[in-house]
Amino acid sequence: MLELKNLYKTFNPGTINEKTALNGLSLNIKDGEFVTVIGGNGAGKSTMLNAVAGTWMVDEGQILIDGIDVTKLPEHKRAIYLGRVFQDPMTGTAATMGIEENLALAKRRGKTRLLKPGITAAEREEYRELLKILGLGLEDRLTSKVGLLSGGQRQALTLLMATLKKPKLLLLDEHTAALDPKTAAKVLEITDMIVNRDHLTTLMITHNMKDAILHGNRLIMMMDGRIILDIEGEEKKKLTVRDLLDQFERVSGEQFTNDSALLG
Amino acid sequence: MNIMNLINALPGAAAQGLIWGIMAIGVYITFRILDVADLTVDGTMCTGGAVCIMLMLSGWDVWPAMLAATGVGMLAGLMTGIFHTFMGIPAILSGILTQLSLYSINLKIMGKANQAINVSNFDLLVSLRYIRDVPFWRNTIFIVAVIIVVLIALLYWFFGTELGCSLRATGCNPGMSRAQGINTNFNKVLGLMLSNGLVAFSSALLTQYQGFADVNMGRGAIVIGLAAVIIGEAIFGHIFRNFALRLLGVALGSILYYLVLQVVIWMGIDTDLLKLLSALVVAVFLAFPYWKGKYFAKPVKKGGNANA
Repeated sequence: MLELKNLYKTFNPGTINEKTALNGLSLNIKDGEFVTVIGGNGAGKSTMLNAVAGTWMVDEGQILIDGIDVTKLPEHKRAIYLGRVFQDPMTGTAATMGIEENLALAKRRGKTRLLKPGITAAEREEYRELLKILGLGLEDRLTSKVGLLSGGQRQALTLLMATLKKPKLLLLDEHTAALDPKTAAKVLEITDMIVNRDHLTTLMITHNMKDAILHGNRLIMMMDGRIILDIEGEEKKKLTVRDLLDQFERVSGEQFTNDSALLG
Repeated sequence: MNIMNLINALPGAAAQGLIWGIMAIGVYITFRILDVADLTVDGTMCTGGAVCIMLMLSGWDVWPAMLAATGVGMLAGLMTGIFHTFMGIPAILSGILTQLSLYSINLKIMGKANQAINVSNFDLLVSLRYIRDVPFWRNTIFIVAVIIVVLIALLYWFFGTELGCSLRATGCNPGMSRAQGINTNFNKVLGLMLSNGLVAFSSALLTQYQGFADVNMGRGAIVIGLAAVIIGEAIFGHIFRNFALRLLGVALGSILYYLVLQVVIWMGIDTDLLKLLSALVVAVFLAFPYWKGKYFAKPVKKGGNANA
């Protein structure tokens, strides 16, 4: 479903801030896989997701989504294949527009937008039903401006928007990191529900090792712009945080120093 | 200070306010919806009039001439849009560049710094002379009011379509828009074209109203447009929630601006100072949201009400 072939990306080349974020990254994700991604700060997790999404172009390598080469495709054209949820709850929605308007925007992803109505009465009913599933009471606030919602509500809505038109690949970039633990758990629960319901191929970055183990059916760990650990199937089910730390030390030859990954 | 002088001047001020109201709606589209301060309008506010007057002097009818003026205004917006999106120049600088080039273009269109048109010899839609003693359907205030209502209806419809919604999203959150498959660069260019088309249309009306086009007639237009937007929002913002009503508020803001201007002139102020005053008033109004957040923020109550 997703093939990353030998990706390279260097930020600020030729300056003192030069940073090689992707260093020959290769990854192959099969249809229906739910992959969790962990790694320390600067390991290249978000860079990998942004490379897939097309936020900028990679320096070298090839990106294929469902066999289609998207390496040179601009961000808004790749959006046809992708559903995205970001770390910052503010980034995924249009704050000055209503809940229903945001959903209507997402519903038309990949479609040429011309002079047809931006939202129809039938859609409103559809959105009301969909919002009920979230269990956050948003179904009664269809016309409320999204800027009035809490971070958790906005992330849940963004998740709904990302999956409203079934994406070939769902990209979750630490989408619960900015939420309090209880809300984060709720949003993760909704994530699991939607991913299982629609059998979505998913790539989820998380800072939290427990979440990475608990969710999904494959786990990869990144360091210095490459994948250093790839665990799936039965082996992943038996995994513990302790195992992960041991594995990390064995593979990288250093201590895992990221506190938030341990404590989260 | 004869009060009758003031009262006699008010209908003219209202007509001028209405004509500038169309221009202010154009500014609203860039400033509020696209979140870009587009300085192109200082040039477009002359270009529209220049095109209209030259076409009419060469024998065109008024409506085709105004449509052509609108089209040329849209081209000015396209130029700014290309500077901004394709060439990566910051929006405000892109507008300044187009504005400067329009100065030359306006001179070339008119052949000299100004051109006059006589209402007695040409069939103009609006004029200073059509304020009093004409049937109401020939009255400039009535005609421009109808045009504004039609324009607001059209814009209300447009911003409710798929394309219009995507334009609003582009201004609100470009990153999210691209993630939803919206071509934000295209939408920015489209918004700039729409805005400058309206400004040029307003300019074509203003030229007929005052009977001449002048290469300096657009100077400071952005400030007048912003003043109208801000006055409209400050006064009608709390009651006008609906998008169409908010556009109407902008038009009313423009009328208020011209009425206040008339009162200030009537009070005998040195008219050389008017632009300075306008700029300062707009600066203060623009500062309000910032000051409100910084100095008048309500403290957040913690742990419930202690004095309960």
